[in-house]
Amino acid sequence: MRHIIIGAGPSGVVAAETLRKADPAAEIYLIGDEPEPPYSRMAIPYFLVKKVTEEGTYLRNASHYAEQEIAYISQHVSSVDTQAKQLGLADGSSLPYDKLLIATGSYPVAPPIPGIDLPNVHSCWTLEDARQIASLAHEGANVVLMGAGFIGCIILESLKMRGVNLSVVEMGDRMVPRMMDEKAGGLLKKWCIEKGVNVLTSTKITAITEVGDEDGSGMSVALDNGDSLPADLVITATGVKSNIAFLEGSGIETKDGIVVDDYLQTSVADVYASGDVAQGKDLSTGEYHVQAIQPTAVDHGRIAALNMAGKQVKHHGNINMNVLDTLGLISHSFGLWMGVDGGDSVEIYNPDLYKYLNLRFGVDDQADILVGASTLGMTQHIGVIRGLIESKTHLKDWKAHLMQDPTRIMEAYLASTQVLDNIV
Amino acid sequence: MQKSLHLDPAKCTGCLQCELACSYEKLGEFNPSRSLIRVFTFHFEGRFAPYTCTQCDEAWCQRACPVDAITMDLATGAKVVNDDKCVGCKVCTISCPFGTVNYVQETGKVAKCDLCGGDPECAKSCPTGAITFIDANLTGYERMQAYAEKSLPSAEASA
Repeated sequence: MRHIIIGAGPSGVVAAETLRKADPAAEIYLIGDEPEPPYSRMAIPYFLVKKVTEEGTYLRNASHYAEQEIAYISQHVSSVDTQAKQLGLADGSSLPYDKLLIATGSYPVAPPIPGIDLPNVHSCWTLEDARQIASLAHEGANVVLMGAGFIGCIILESLKMRGVNLSVVEMGDRMVPRMMDEKAGGLLKKWCIEKGVNVLTSTKITAITEVGDEDGSGMSVALDNGDSLPADLVITATGVKSNIAFLEGSGIETKDGIVVDDYLQTSVADVYASGDVAQGKDLSTGEYHVQAIQPTAVDHGRIAALNMAGKQVKHHGNINMNVLDTLGLISHSFGLWMGVDGGDSVEIYNPDLYKYLNLRFGVDDQADILVGASTLGMTQHIGVIRGLIESKTHLKDWKAHLMQDPTRIMEAYLASTQVLDNIV
Repeated sequence: MQKSLHLDPAKCTGCLQCELACSYEKLGEFNPSRSLIRVFTFHFEGRFAPYTCTQCDEAWCQRACPVDAITMDLATGAKVVNDDKCVGCKVCTISCPFGTVNYVQETGKVAKCDLCGGDPECAKSCPTGAITFIDANLTGYERMQAYAEKSLPSAEASA
């Protein structure tokens, strides 16, 4: 049996390891198309501030793949022939498979504005991007970050710590609009401004032009409000799209990402998909879409691999969740953080202390079930929010307690689960 | 024989000596706010519950870590954070459905119970036997874990 995994991010690596456990005799190939050992994009911000070296971003140590008898191939896959069950590689060779996992993740997209292709305009996605940014984002440099979404905010801190003059331009009406409501996003903006970042929301970049000052590196970034910003470096963090172009003609059904069933199998037998490229099930809504988050990617990788090994394991869905550290202000969002129609919610909002907590409950027979939450300035026992949402635990009396004091989420969990069985 | 922590809320008086012992062992100072075991208070019932990591077999924190910083101590079965590898991304803190991995702003890394290498200070400090370190088969941890894992859809499929 030969398993091939395309994509050497967290989902692909976890899948390879799971396959090795579940199918000890199988041949396992892991294919990545970047000129590095498998690494974590999540670690790039920490590489940028020299908290870790390049090696510190690697998903596993160097000898791991050989020890696990996982053959790592550094190649670009240019096509998939699902009839002949083989891959076409960029060097012209082909590689047959019995079971295939597509875990090719996503790539950054930038808006088609004039100047977006200038040499000092970069995305912050790969290790190579990070090296380029590290060479340009020196102390005192003018840096414009395009987009204050999740990725923008994650690299914001590294840029600030490098001592650059930083401006952030976001076209939405607040920071991280897809993970934070007005209150949390508003507090985050205030926080960043107080830390010396120039934050512009409801603002679009319309063009980037070279102005050719003495050192030749200068650019001018034009905004839709008529102003302009000087820039030595522009970083685009304006969203990502699934890597599915190479599947054209393969017969594998795609929409935003690859369409999968509850076993993470694609529309073609023996072909599976996982991670940022797969439209897996969202546990909160029952709908299928790309979540593009690390915990989902590794859960997918594991479940897809077990199914490839013939174990018939159903994927029940993942909730969407995120954690973000923006210049030391930590925020989270879980599940249906924006709430559901008719569902109760409770919040604590203390702008002076930069604290925010909002819990969202379901409706009808789910009225005492936590369905979503967002937080700002909290770090303790945060994972229990995931546990309560995913397990759909009926909180009973504890819902009323939480409506009084939402910070007691850990107590609500303990009182509502098995741990206190023997005392109540 | 693998041993694990047995937590018995019925015996807990809320004295917090476990939190003092844990923080002293880990930090060299009495700082309950950074203890890796915490005692939760239930005013309504007048009860207390000590709680910390259950060292899951298929640990969510371990799997979610993007840089392989959480590994298993083969001698104790504990899932241990390797400080030199942890970058502080906090993904494990949202992944652990029991809320027992926490980010520590002072260190820029996460912290969780590591069973003190097989001789947990919390158990030694507990005056009422609410926290004991005993044969894993007798602790009920398996039952707790089984309950928790059954209730969590993403947990199905232990390979």
